[in-house]
This record gives sequence, C-alpha cells and structure tokens, in this order.
Amino acid sequence: MKIVLQNLTKKFPGRGKKAQGEVTAVNDLSFEIADGELLALLGPSGCGKSTTLNLICGLEKPTAGHIFFGERDITALSPELRGVGMVFQNYALYPHLTVRENIVFPLENRKGKDKLSREEMNAKAQETARLVQIEELMDRKPGELSGGQQQRVAIARALVKMPGVLLLDEPLSNLDARLRLKTREEIRRIQKQTGITTVFVTHDQDEAMSISDRIAVMRDGVLMQLGKPQEVYDNPESLFVARFLGTPPINVFEGQVRGERLYIGDEAVLEAGGVPDQPVWVGIRPEGFLPQEDGPLSCALGRVEVLGRDISILSSHPACTGQTLRSIISAETRVDASAAQIHFALKPGKVFLFHRETEERIPCVLG
Amino acid sequence: MSTNNKKAWLYLLPALLFLIFFMVYPLIDVIIYSVEEGYNFASQTYFGVGTYNFSYVLHDPYCLQAVKNTFILVIITAPVSSGLALLISVGLSSIRPLRELYQTIYFLPYVTNTLAVGLVFMILFQRTEYTDGMVNLLINWFGGESVDFIDGPYWAKMFVLCFYTVWVVMPFKILVLTSALASVNQDYYKAARVDGTPRLRVFTKITLPMISPMLFYLVITGFIGAFKAYSDAVALFGTDLNAAGMNTIVGYVYDMLYGDSGGYPSYASAAAVILFVIVLTITCVNLLVSRKKVRY
Repeated sequence: MKIVLQNLTKKFPGRGKKAQGEVTAVNDLSFEIADGELLALLGPSGCGKSTTLNLICGLEKPTAGHIFFGERDITALSPELRGVGMVFQNYALYPHLTVRENIVFPLENRKGKDKLSREEMNAKAQETARLVQIEELMDRKPGELSGGQQQRVAIARALVKMPGVLLLDEPLSNLDARLRLKTREEIRRIQKQTGITTVFVTHDQDEAMSISDRIAVMRDGVLMQLGKPQEVYDNPESLFVARFLGTPPINVFEGQVRGERLYIGDEAVLEAGGVPDQPVWVGIRPEGFLPQEDGPLSCALGRVEVLGRDISILSSHPACTGQTLRSIISAETRVDASAAQIHFALKPGKVFLFHRETEERIPCVLG
Repeated sequence: MSTNNKKAWLYLLPALLFLIFFMVYPLIDVIIYSVEEGYNFASQTYFGVGTYNFSYVLHDPYCLQAVKNTFILVIITAPVSSGLALLISVGLSSIRPLRELYQTIYFLPYVTNTLAVGLVFMILFQRTEYTDGMVNLLINWFGGESVDFIDGPYWAKMFVLCFYTVWVVMPFKILVLTSALASVNQDYYKAARVDGTPRLRVFTKITLPMISPMLFYLVITGFIGAFKAYSDAVALFGTDLNAAGMNTIVGYVYDMLYGDSGGYPSYASAAAVILFVIVLTITCVNLLVSRKKVRY
C-alpha cells in the first residue's frame, strides 16, 4: 500500500518546570512511500523519526498535516482501523503468554464478521511462524527465547493480521552485532516475500543502507534527503547528510574557492568550474584519496593500518576539522609507513563542496 | 570447617542471635506452655504434659466465637479489600487531573492512628442519646429502620468490623498496586492498541497477569493480617470483646493472658498455636494456588 505524508507536523507540549512553549518533533514533513517499498527513516536520536513512525501507526495524532494509505485519508483513524503491524524496539511480547498465544493475540481481538474460528487462527499463526521460521518455538514463553528469536516472534505478531503496512521501531538495536547482520537480512527476506510496504526506524546508517530500497535522512524533525542509499551516499545534499552516512565518516576540511580553483590550506587541489569565490566546507570520502608522489594535498602521516582487503591511512592536516583524517586505499598500493609526509591526489567524484554558512551542497563539477 | 565457613557464621551471628532470642525461643516456649497442663503462674509448676489445654480451648464457646469471627473477617475483608484496592488503583492510574490529590486522600487512613479512626467510626455508627449516628440518619433518610451497629445484632457489628478493616488496610494495597501498575511497560499497551484490543481484554489479558505477583502478595498478607486482627475490634467495641461477641483469636489470646478472665498462659498458648497452624495452612494453600496462577 502506498503511504503519503502531507505537511505532517507534530508538536509536543514542553515538559517540566522550565517548560517553554512547545517542542516540534516533526516539522512539515512530506514524502511518499511506494507500494511494497522498504523505507528506512534514518537520523540521530531526537530527530523525530520515531515520532514519524508513531504518526503513521496512529499512536500519535499529528498537530497538522495528513497521512494517506493509498487514496484513503487515515489521519483521524485510530491505529487498529489503519491495518498496520508494529514491531516495538523492545518487542513488547507479552511475557505470560506462549509464542503461539502472542501471535494469535491480535486475531483474538476481532469481533463480528471478522471473527475467526480457533482452527483458522491457529492455521494463520502457524503460517506466519513458518514465514519467520519459528515453528519449533510455538509453545515456549518469550523469556526462554534469544533476542533474535523474540524479534521474529514480534514480527510474526505484527504480520499475522495481514497488515497493509509494517512498521519497525529500531528493530535491530537490542541484538548483538552478529545477530544484527543476520536479522536484517531476515527482515529483508520477509519483506520481499510478503511484498508489504515497510517503514523502519534506525540511527544506524549501515543498517539503513544495507537493506532499504530508499532512505529518508531526518534531522530536527525535518527531512534532509530522500533517495536510494547509493544516491544519497554519492550525492549528499547537505554537510549533515554527508557526515551522517558512511563508515568511516567523511573527512571535512575548511576550504576556499578562488578563481574557480579549490584550495585546501594553500594547496590548490581541484578545479572548481563555475563556483564563485567563497569559503567552503570540503567533504572528502575516505575512499576519495589517492596516494601520489606529486599529489597536491600533503598531510602529516600518522599511522598505517592494514585491514587485509584495504589499507587505512591515518594522517593529519591543519585545515581538517577532525583531529585525524582517515583514508581508505586499496591494499595493492605501496605506502611508505616511515615517511613523515604523504601526498594525496583526490578523486573528484568523492569530493563535495558545501556552503560555509548554510552547509548546503554547492552544485558544481570538480576536476 | 574452613575459615571461610567460620567467617560466614561470624557474620551471621548478630542476625542469628536476634532471631533465636526473639523469634525461635518464644515460639518454642509457647509450644511448651501449650502442652503443660494446669500450669500455675505464681509457683511455676504444672501437673503434667498433654493436650488438655487444646481440648479446653476448642470447647470454650468464647474461643469458638472468636474463631468464627476471625474466619468471617478474613474471608470477607481479604478479597474485598484487594478487589476494591485494585479498582481504585486502576482508576487512579487512568486519570490525570487531581491524581496526586486522590492518592494523598486514599493514603490518609494509613497514617491515621487506629484509635482515632475508631472514634470516627463511632461517630458514623454509634447510637447515643442524642443521635442514632450518621449511617443511621442516612438509612432513615432512605426510609429504613435504625440499626444499632455497636451493640445491636451480630451481622450489624460484623459489618462495621469488616467495613473498618477494609478501610484501614486499603491505603497500603492501593499504594502497592498503583506502583505495580505504573511499572508495567507502556509498550505492551501500545502494542495492544495497534492490535485493537478492547479495554476489558487489555485489563484481563495484560494488566492483571502483569501485576499478578503483587496482587497475590497483597492477598496473602491480607489473609495473614486479618487473622491477626485485634486492635480494630477493640477500637470499635471496647476491651470487653467477649461480652460484645466480637472477639478475635488474637483477642482471645490476650484475654486469656491479661483480661478479666486472664491468668491462663497455657490456654493462651494453646490458642496461639492453633492460630499459628491455621495461618500456616492458609498461607501454604495460597502459595500453592499462586504458583499455578501467577505466571511469568
């Protein structure tokens, strides 16, 4: 089912004694989620991504704006009438019920003509359990399951009523690193298999990039950028998005454009055609560096870390905003670890210019 | 014994000594008293050892009356007070405005002196030369006949005693239950809302099981507390409880020791042992039931 958010705004009243005015959690948010799409809401904590999810779910009512499922305006509808399945961060499995009872729980709530017989309910539960591969755990209590298994039960409970939309709130944050990798593939598989429109919230860009069709990066309740993971990574519209995506993070330099050339410190590193003279932020992805004898950017070499597949070079530059700048290069490249200086050439496609004040991307072709 | 073991016993010693002197020794002493027949307080002598004390106590109409009273009190007040406390705390948890004011009001009986409360109940229930008491005024207003709650029929007196007991034990239960309710993770309720769970089902299927350990704790302590009732009856009916027919087992024990008919530590001990056995049995039954019902 297609989801449309239209000028969605949510304000919370200020809390506590020093409460002043309102807190705007979501600010004039508008975007569309296509039918069958897996969309990640990505952002740092407090950016309004969970609130957005709650608004879609119906647990919160928007202060302004509308939400459509397909063509239907469901803004005023309560959660149970929206046909959504929600998986909570802590799974919220009822500890006193078995896995089967947990999964059947949403079905037992139905009344009137939607009411199912006990056999139908059990059949549906069994079918959903097969989908998430927990059939052999049906008679256990949630307390006897591992985190990953609980997660699957939670997904099964959300899916059993065949919702049009599946919402996941930080689905992987309670799992350990290895299980996280496995579970995110699992979520992707289940989503593909059911073709259900899915929105999931995360603050982990790795997670978002790896499984979603598109990601929506949010900050302070505002949508910063929406697009396919690779597009957003290759083409960040703002310094915030550039910084938020990518591990290791992007290196940011204070730079200057003079006479259509980009200077970092006193070194002219790239041609910047068509950009008026101004101070800029220069963002360079770690993979954007090429060690070269006569490269224009000279850095004080700190340390060389061999990672097997590639090498990570830690160096420093006075214009760099971070203490160290980290570059990732192919392991075939020879680097003299004992040298005091290292010279880099830059790959133009991995270098982005941002406005110094607004931190917005300056559209230009570097060369 | 290893050094560590010795150390452990050394650290346990203060608590052990305290328990032995103030708990174990008196308990054993009571049991010994209860089987010493014809014990004389002054000369510290007795005729022999046997079960006569128990037999006497169990044939004493005052004691039987006390046992009957106590059982009625327990059976009525423990469930009623727990149920009412549950209702009130659920109500308190679901309202926002004035919640703190209500919480304070409901907690007041807990910090009020038993005898002061007794006085208030006298004003409510006791018939004097000038008035029939507030409750009777209400009954009259609705067209009923006045009832003497303090010196009148047995059921009226029992009603007052139960009412009083429920009223006195409720604050603590409300306190425990409101905190138990507040500690239930809100996500369970959110999940239930997304699934469109009716409110009654949320209460019976989620809230109740979640707070069931606390609820059973309250029922068990409620049972035990009601079995030990004494001061409540005194506050309402004065010290001569046997005459009022409102004695409790603990009251009977006290009377046998110090009351007008007192000076019989053997009988008192026998009654105390009987009470001990009753409470022990009921508590065990309670625990067995709760182990089946309290899940998770």
